[in-house]
Amino acid sequence: MKDKSQTRVVVGMSGGVDSSVVAYLLKQQGYDVVGVFMKNWDDKKDSGVCTATEDYEDVAKVANKIGIPYYSVNFEKEYWDNVFTYFLDEYKKGRTPNPDVMCNKEVKFKAFLDYALQLDADYIAMGHYAQLKRDADGTVHLLRGADENKDQTYFLSQLSQDQLQKAMFPIGHMQKSEVRQIAEEAGLATAKKKDSTGVCFIGERNFSKFLNEFLPAKAGKMMTIDGEVKGEHYGLMNYTIGQRRGLGIGGNGESNDPWFVIGKDLSKNILYVGQGYHNEHLYADSLTGSNLSFIASIAARGREFHCTAKFRYRQKDTGVSVFLDKDKVRVEFDQPVRAITPGQEVVFYDEAECLGSATIDHAYQKTRILQYV
Amino acid sequence: MKHIYLDNAATTPMDRSVVETMNKMMLNVYGNASSTHYFGRQARAVLDDSRHIIAQSINARKDDEIVFTSGGTESDNTAIIETARARKNSGRHLITTTIEHEAVLKSMEYLETCGFEVTYLPVDEKGHITLADLRAALREDTILVSIMAGNNEVGSRMPLYEIGQIVAPTNAWFHTDAVQAYGLLDIDVQKDKIDLLSTSAHKLNGPKFLGFLYRREGLNFASFLKGGDQELKRRAGTENIPAIAGFAKAVKIADRKEKLARQQKYAGFKQQLIHGLQENKVAFEVNGNSADNLQHVINIWFKGCSHEALLTNLDLNGVAASAGSACTAGSIEPSHVLTAMYGKDSPRVSESIRFSFGYQNTTADIEDLITVLTKITNKMKGRESNGIC
Repeated sequence: MKDKSQTRVVVGMSGGVDSSVVAYLLKQQGYDVVGVFMKNWDDKKDSGVCTATEDYEDVAKVANKIGIPYYSVNFEKEYWDNVFTYFLDEYKKGRTPNPDVMCNKEVKFKAFLDYALQLDADYIAMGHYAQLKRDADGTVHLLRGADENKDQTYFLSQLSQDQLQKAMFPIGHMQKSEVRQIAEEAGLATAKKKDSTGVCFIGERNFSKFLNEFLPAKAGKMMTIDGEVKGEHYGLMNYTIGQRRGLGIGGNGESNDPWFVIGKDLSKNILYVGQGYHNEHLYADSLTGSNLSFIASIAARGREFHCTAKFRYRQKDTGVSVFLDKDKVRVEFDQPVRAITPGQEVVFYDEAECLGSATIDHAYQKTRILQYV
Repeated sequence: MKHIYLDNAATTPMDRSVVETMNKMMLNVYGNASSTHYFGRQARAVLDDSRHIIAQSINARKDDEIVFTSGGTESDNTAIIETARARKNSGRHLITTTIEHEAVLKSMEYLETCGFEVTYLPVDEKGHITLADLRAALREDTILVSIMAGNNEVGSRMPLYEIGQIVAPTNAWFHTDAVQAYGLLDIDVQKDKIDLLSTSAHKLNGPKFLGFLYRREGLNFASFLKGGDQELKRRAGTENIPAIAGFAKAVKIADRKEKLARQQKYAGFKQQLIHGLQENKVAFEVNGNSADNLQHVINIWFKGCSHEALLTNLDLNGVAASAGSACTAGSIEPSHVLTAMYGKDSPRVSESIRFSFGYQNTTADIEDLITVLTKITNKMKGRESNGIC
């Protein structure tokens, strides 16, 4: 490996504390660090308040404090074409997409990586809570972030070897509290900045309102699986499997249990609701998925293997049996899992290592397909 | 790493003698020019001397036609907005061009929200308007024609003399934004029949936050800022005597002979750059290439190279240049000037860089620039054709 001072690392700086600390640590370690802010969303496209200006101001403050050059790059077109269009298409299909997975795959680790390479970068670095282990032959393994609460491998699970080989995650071995402490001690302007909880670069805003600016909401019936109408829904895309909030139905019914979204029928524009968190319609024992992508070589594991999986971000792992079929996959769960949601990722793990993922298409109870889209 | 500054149209380094003049003033002449005591008179004398030097530089009839302002933006805003306010009973139509500086365009947009009508003259691929378009746009109720002397992004010049002759017999006043041209061209407000002219000191090695508005005697409108009676009630606020003295010094340095020398020097840089890039087989074209352009500005289309990656690479290699205008999130918006010249779908609006020369630049700087540009464009192209990007 080249001398650190000769190794250029382009840091994706978002204006948040994590990427600020990434830039700071790399600079401390002696790398040739360049900060680049990505502007992925044109605030003229919707009525929300864009935080890009403030975020860029924070990048400027932090970069000047650290003593690194900083720039901005516009990926509005790339984000729109490759992430947002996909995102809307998935919603149109009644699914619940994960734009952050796509943003990593198409923007942060593609458009941005290409841009960084144009700037003679040896690596790009990001503030994700994930770790990389490099083999002698250059192969990388993606490992969970040390902070269990913050582990972001779920969002990185669709990346390829090539993409990850050029990446560095310098805070992946730390706890969030340590990161904040470093930022504070270094006097970085973002030390106390609130964590962003919004969708990738769209930022924090009323999500339904945002979505409805792009997709016309088609109201329809809200009913039980037995056909009893319980009210009206304001567009299927505004609901996700297992959701409780916003249904506007009180208890009553068979019991006094709260109501949940237990299914959707896009062709009939019906939202199915049922009572109880543990409603039987919310539990699946297997799923099928596509867009199968593995980071690590799985040749040695054969066409069928056992590992663990997450079906949404911040979920505990479940033991699963994986059956590969070309770029498709069937996954059987060791025990039933609640609210398997088409459009989200099923991410595979072997202990600490993130193996890869697939996008969930259908959930099943035995051989019966659950009416989720 | 050696850093080369080639963004002199954005701002220039101050001349050493300007700094010395200002230092002397800051230490010794600190009175308020409006005060009636010794210190005030001392400041007033510096103000008067400076105003005289500057009035002469554009052949103003009277020194009092020069009003000091905070710079080009304030001068443009005042000339346009206050003219409209003062003349609204005489007419509500204004004429400008599509390639003016934002200080002019935003003032016009503001007036449009106040019930005024604005005609934006189009430009051709060289960044020129036609006099026929101007004649056709003039109406009885046109109260102001605002056309820049020289463009800040591509360097194209407007025919001030001809415009002056056309506008003078009409009801309209003629304003020119001369911020880029003033340090390089001889401008004669009498010969060109200019009624209002804006400048900025920092474009010709003077201090920032200072400029002047020339307003022909007899034009009546209010001060843009409301306050004291400074500048014969035409610009409220205590005059910045050290900066004004520095500006006058910079203007004195840029006399006719010096301007000519700079024109020749910058024209040489342009030729050197073009030849160097041609020799190295860089794929480029000069945007709005005209022999009479402002010599210090050259805007180049690097075919197939995004301006963001170019600018960042230039900076990482020590070369400071610019492109379009940066949005508040730092990313580069397509240039309205190139859009007006070539249309919004032209690759030029997102693949062009402006280099602008200053008195401190040398032929060695231009050689370095050629080397860096060749390296960067080859690398960016290579990556593309290898399919890496």
